[in-house]
Amino acid sequence: MNQTKANPWRRRFHELGSPPSVYALAGRLAPWLAGICLLLFAGGLTGGLFLAPTDYQQGESYRIIYIHVPAAWLSMFVYAVMAISSAIHLIWRMKLADIVARASAPIGAVYTFLALVTGSLWGKPMWGTWWVWDARLTSELILLFLYLGYMALVSAFDDRRTASRAGAILALVGVINLPIIHFSVEWWNTLHQGPTVTKFDQPSIAVSMLVPLLMMALAFQFHYGWALLARIRSEILESERRTAWVSDLVGHRS
Amino acid sequence: MSEFLAMGGYAWYVWPAYAITLLALVMSVLMPIRRHKDLKAQLTGLVGQRENTDAS
Repeated sequence: MNQTKANPWRRRFHELGSPPSVYALAGRLAPWLAGICLLLFAGGLTGGLFLAPTDYQQGESYRIIYIHVPAAWLSMFVYAVMAISSAIHLIWRMKLADIVARASAPIGAVYTFLALVTGSLWGKPMWGTWWVWDARLTSELILLFLYLGYMALVSAFDDRRTASRAGAILALVGVINLPIIHFSVEWWNTLHQGPTVTKFDQPSIAVSMLVPLLMMALAFQFHYGWALLARIRSEILESERRTAWVSDLVGHRS
Repeated sequence: MSEFLAMGGYAWYVWPAYAITLLALVMSVLMPIRRHKDLKAQLTGLVGQRENTDAS
């Protein structure tokens, strides 16, 4: 197809996915994301632990919210990124999309794990139990299994392309769980409290509590970007280890 | 300060939650950074070896 040369957009798209340029870009971006991430954590923690007032119902225990809610949000956001990149990989065979999906899975699993553990540590003093099989907790646990299942599936095949395709299909099927997690507190009678922030018309949370919470959420967002770039660099190096540009990179002329 | 650390009696719930989060977040950036470094070192060795065998 000689159209490929004529279409500048298509060329852009391929450059975007070209391993050496992505590798270099990731290396240049990472320190910035790291810096912004640390600043946001400093601000969010100061606001959340020192400046925000005590909750009139839950006392100081509510301060777990500043890590629990961002971790839970990110657990879903990362899954959405993983599913979208899986779809892109399936449709356009874009290698970078596969790398993003693979690199996202372990990070998303960590956020899901944190959402569950911090939720448990919050649930014990407030509900009197570490765990309950209610819709919100169960669907979040399923999310963890989806991440772990994806990681296991992708590493179960010797052929990389088969592995990626199988993983992508699992990731896409699992998307159904995202609306279930989100609406679980409305659809079912759960012990878990309803949304406080995402009711954007009138969030039922004081501004002095909301601001640090949003800062922490952004901090987690940048943490994801930072961790993702670090993983992407290794993934690219690994899959391109036999190429000339990698040889040049590690200090030998081919 | 000790009042702050006591977290209104919820210290045993609040601080472990923060500690686990801190540990997990730090590890999830340190591990890939380290892996990248190791990989680069390993590849430097490999490419060097390949060049030596090519030369001989």
